[in-house]
Amino acid sequence: MYAQMVKTDAARVRSLDEMDPVERAFQERVDAGQKIEPKEWMPEGYRKTLVRQISQHAHSEIVGQLPEGNWISRAPTLERKAILLAKVQDEAGHGLYLYCAAETLGISRDQMYEQLHSGKAKYSSIFNYPTLTWADIGAIGWLVDGAAIMNQVPLQRCSYGPYARAMVRICKEESFHQRQGYDALMRMVKGTPAQKAMVQDALNRWWWPSLMMFGPSDDASVHSAQSMAWKIKQNSNDELRQKFVDQTVPQAKYLGLTVPDPDLKWNEEKGGHDFGEPDWEEFFNVIAGNGPCNAERLDARKKAWNDGAWFRDGLTAHAEKAADRRAAAKIAAE
Amino acid sequence: MSSEWPLWEVFIRGQHGLNHRHVGSLHAPDAEMAINNARDVYTRRNEGVSIWVVRSSEITASAPSEKGPLFDPSNSKVYRHPTFFDIPDEVGHM
Ligand SMILES: [Fe+2]
Ligand SMILES: [Fe+2]
Ligand SMILES: [Fe+2]
Repeated sequence: MYAQMVKTDAARVRSLDEMDPVERAFQERVDAGQKIEPKEWMPEGYRKTLVRQISQHAHSEIVGQLPEGNWISRAPTLERKAILLAKVQDEAGHGLYLYCAAETLGISRDQMYEQLHSGKAKYSSIFNYPTLTWADIGAIGWLVDGAAIMNQVPLQRCSYGPYARAMVRICKEESFHQRQGYDALMRMVKGTPAQKAMVQDALNRWWWPSLMMFGPSDDASVHSAQSMAWKIKQNSNDELRQKFVDQTVPQAKYLGLTVPDPDLKWNEEKGGHDFGEPDWEEFFNVIAGNGPCNAERLDARKKAWNDGAWFRDGLTAHAEKAADRRAAAKIAAE
Repeated sequence: MSSEWPLWEVFIRGQHGLNHRHVGSLHAPDAEMAINNARDVYTRRNEGVSIWVVRSSEITASAPSEKGPLFDPSNSKVYRHPTFFDIPDEVGHM
């Protein structure tokens, strides 16, 4: 998802009997649905897994601004432009909530930025695809934010308090993101044949990468099992993908679009759709840094950071001067 | 330069008449910028009528390990709740 394939350092999930009393007490609290808070004891693996997951999630929100930012200056109307700006600004906010949540686990903001900018940290594969037309912006809201919601709603019940609370805030804002995207597409499919074709083309390109957002099947993954035991993760990747497909197919139909999957069909018996496998080779390639826009995204991110240095330094200098002035005034008054 | 900005805890009064509530934290070089940033990060949808910020390093917190000694003593003092006392119906509202 926004944090795809998070490692846990676990070789296997241990039972309560195998844990020492402190860890057992921790696991029992998690099992009982209690929230774990920053200063409380937690297994080192739990802490590390959360740092990886939350920072990946934060990076995804931040990098996720770039494909959409590409269209802010070219939105078809002033209203669409204002909406897109607000949406992208929300994503910046999401990144900030999440960085703060990660910081409560002992990693600093600068360390996380460094990991992102050096290419060491991952972010969601989805943001390494290009936004070629205005329909892509609608498709991102509808599909990408739609998939994100699927994943983020259960994360509100995550065992780690600061992460769960950040997710509550984020989920409140996501619904706007998905609706504005779908709304843009509803308008376009009622337009000229060329506009409708543009929407179909966007769906064709975004459908599979959206399904990949949930990550490969993790039914056999130790990391997933451990994350679930810690209640960092609540559902398997396949479960969420299935839910997403079942929710999205009727929405595509309403728009009069064809989902680009010849294997897609309703399965009455399971009460859900059967559908094809995403191209996992492509997925691993994108994750490894070889997607269509990986280099461009990272460069844009680094450029923004470096170009903003003078401004950050200026604010720091101003804050220091003002503090000095206050101290001097205080001494003079005494 | 480029030392990391300090962390600030943000408290927002959601509506007139309510307490300020902790909503999260953010980095900023000084209190003024912390308020500006808090406006953008935490009140994009009219979530507040007033913002407090305080440096995280200025907050003293009780330790999780003190939970027992701090809060257990009040468990046994059930008489602090009005429902502890049975007042006959004839007495009327009390
Ligand atoms: Fe987001
Ligand atoms: Fe997003
Ligand atoms: Fe979003």
